Amino acid sequence: MGTERLSASRRSFLRKSAVLAGTLVATSAGNPLTGVLFAANEPEKSKPWYGIGIDIEKCIGCGSCARACKAENNVPLEPFFFRSWVEQYTIKNDGSLKVESPNGGIDGQNQTVPEADIFKTFFVPKMCNHCEKAPCVQVCPVGATYESPEGVVLVDKEYCIGCRYCIQACPYGARYMHPETNTVDKCTLCYHRLKKGLNPACFDVCPTGARIYGDLHDKNGVMHKFLKEHNCHVLKPNLNTASKLFYNGLSAEVR
Amino acid sequence: MMEHLYEMLKQVDGYIYPNEIELNWSILIALYPYITGLVAGAFILASLERVFKVEVLKPTYHLALLTALAFLMVAAMPLVSHLGHPFRSYEIMTTPQPQSAMAIFGFIYLWYLMVVLLLEIWFDYRRDLVLWSQEKKGVLRIVYKILSLGVTDLSKKTLDWDEKLGYFITVVGIPSAFLLHGYVGFIFGSIKANPWWSTVLMPVIFLFSAMVSGIALVMFLYIVVSKVRKVKIDMACLDEVGKFLFYVLVLDFTLESLDQVHRIYEAGESFEILHMLVTGKLTYTLFIFQGLLGTIVPIVTLGIFRLYKPKESIRKPLYLMSSLLVLMGIFFMRWNVVVGGQLFSKSFLGFTSFKIGLIGLEGYLMAAFWIILPFIILSFLLWLLPPWKKHSEEHIE
Repeated sequence: MGTERLSASRRSFLRKSAVLAGTLVATSAGNPLTGVLFAANEPEKSKPWYGIGIDIEKCIGCGSCARACKAENNVPLEPFFFRSWVEQYTIKNDGSLKVESPNGGIDGQNQTVPEADIFKTFFVPKMCNHCEKAPCVQVCPVGATYESPEGVVLVDKEYCIGCRYCIQACPYGARYMHPETNTVDKCTLCYHRLKKGLNPACFDVCPTGARIYGDLHDKNGVMHKFLKEHNCHVLKPNLNTASKLFYNGLSAEVR
Repeated sequence: MMEHLYEMLKQVDGYIYPNEIELNWSILIALYPYITGLVAGAFILASLERVFKVEVLKPTYHLALLTALAFLMVAAMPLVSHLGHPFRSYEIMTTPQPQSAMAIFGFIYLWYLMVVLLLEIWFDYRRDLVLWSQEKKGVLRIVYKILSLGVTDLSKKTLDWDEKLGYFITVVGIPSAFLLHGYVGFIFGSIKANPWWSTVLMPVIFLFSAMVSGIALVMFLYIVVSKVRKVKIDMACLDEVGKFLFYVLVLDFTLESLDQVHRIYEAGESFEILHMLVTGKLTYTLFIFQGLLGTIVPIVTLGIFRLYKPKESIRKPLYLMSSLLVLMGIFFMRWNVVVGGQLFSKSFLGFTSFKIGLIGLEGYLMAAFWIILPFIILSFLLWLLPPWKKHSEEHIE
């Protein structure tokens, strides 16, 4: 009798454990671990869910994107405030690395390393990565920074208290304190334009079409195609921010 | 405002993201964990006497409690005044974002101030408030009356309840003090974007350094207040405080060393930039002020006293010196964490610099004001609620 009861409770314990383990596996599988998996998700019916693709091989470092961004979004012109900027990476023959972005690359960039010393050089346009698991959204004490239904990370400047915790939490340096509003400012993927059916300013002005954006859930969309045809990487994947900004041709040196 | 940014732009070393030129958390945010730590540490010292019955610490008990209160009243001020919109700070209480490590600050702060410190002090002083309100005249009489909240019952039974409830609150207070400062460490330790901050040891290190600084502060104040009142210092008490300071200092030093050894041995992605940081921009503040003067010298001094006790006239100034060195060392520890963590770029490729002015909301003068203010408040509290004029049990009958 005693043994039977024991084995019954053991059976029930095992069953419960199995259910628990199954649930854990199922929920973690539903929560994509890497960026590219977003595109493989089942499409959401109604709303777009935006991702961004930047093709480093196409970028010529003209800085039009950064310039257009400042104009479109009233970003202060001083060289300390950027929603969008372009970095120039130069790997020298001696193996050393030089990175520059004078005035955020707005005025275009000159190569300062003599050509004979260059092993490899390329431009990396930077902006908010609109992470799915955005550390900035996580740390905001009042919920003033949040993710829109379209997957765009925004700041409510009427509600931001200006504690700057989000600036500390962003691994990509994509946020700054706006000197006039005293609230945090960042790339909105030109949300005001998106809502009117227009493209973000930086995408419209790019002369080489190095930037694209689109619905990550759209199986026939540009992002799906971009991710399928290129070997894409995100910045700092070790931080597990689930960045939705995908780079084609991203060199390992880039942080 | 922009001028100093242009100045800093010239001093950038290597590559930093263009938004990183401005240091976002300045001296005021270094003061915040410093002051909070002093509160937690002073309170824990007071609790030692009450909960763990370390009778010899009695002369410092009330001083430690009032010190904790004076500093806690100021603790949030540097933080609030640093906000871009200080008048929106109430939002952190009305609409806290539960995932944020910072959102809980207001609640922990109020819990500690209202429930723990004020209640404990009230229960402890109630009898005296009632007696003082009977003895004094004029405005003071009314003030004491108000402070006693009209609870004037001095029967043995009620006084026993004061004692019991006060004890209970102290017991609750110890984990609260741990929570208060461990939490402050978590605010930094949980930022994965910043490898200088992101360590699981951060809350523990903050906690132990808080205890170190709080004990040192009470030691310093006990020596100074005794001097001002021209009373003899209870050397047994001072030796005991020195003993605790030594033990906690050793623990704190061990933990911080473990953190550094771990970083060095693991030598991860951020190793090179952090190595350059500590051997470059932080050389003086980390190795000289925090390490040598703020830790090694006091540890050796207090350690020697454990083995051999020179005469009082030598011990007293050395205790005073050790407490001051520790207080300075822990300030620079906060500095090295808060400011140091922002000097290197998250691109791990360069450094910005630190520059602050004398005046302005974030200048040296303002910082000095926030650190002097609690001492002024404490002087007032010591005048209003003098621990040395408390009535002993026999007095009432």
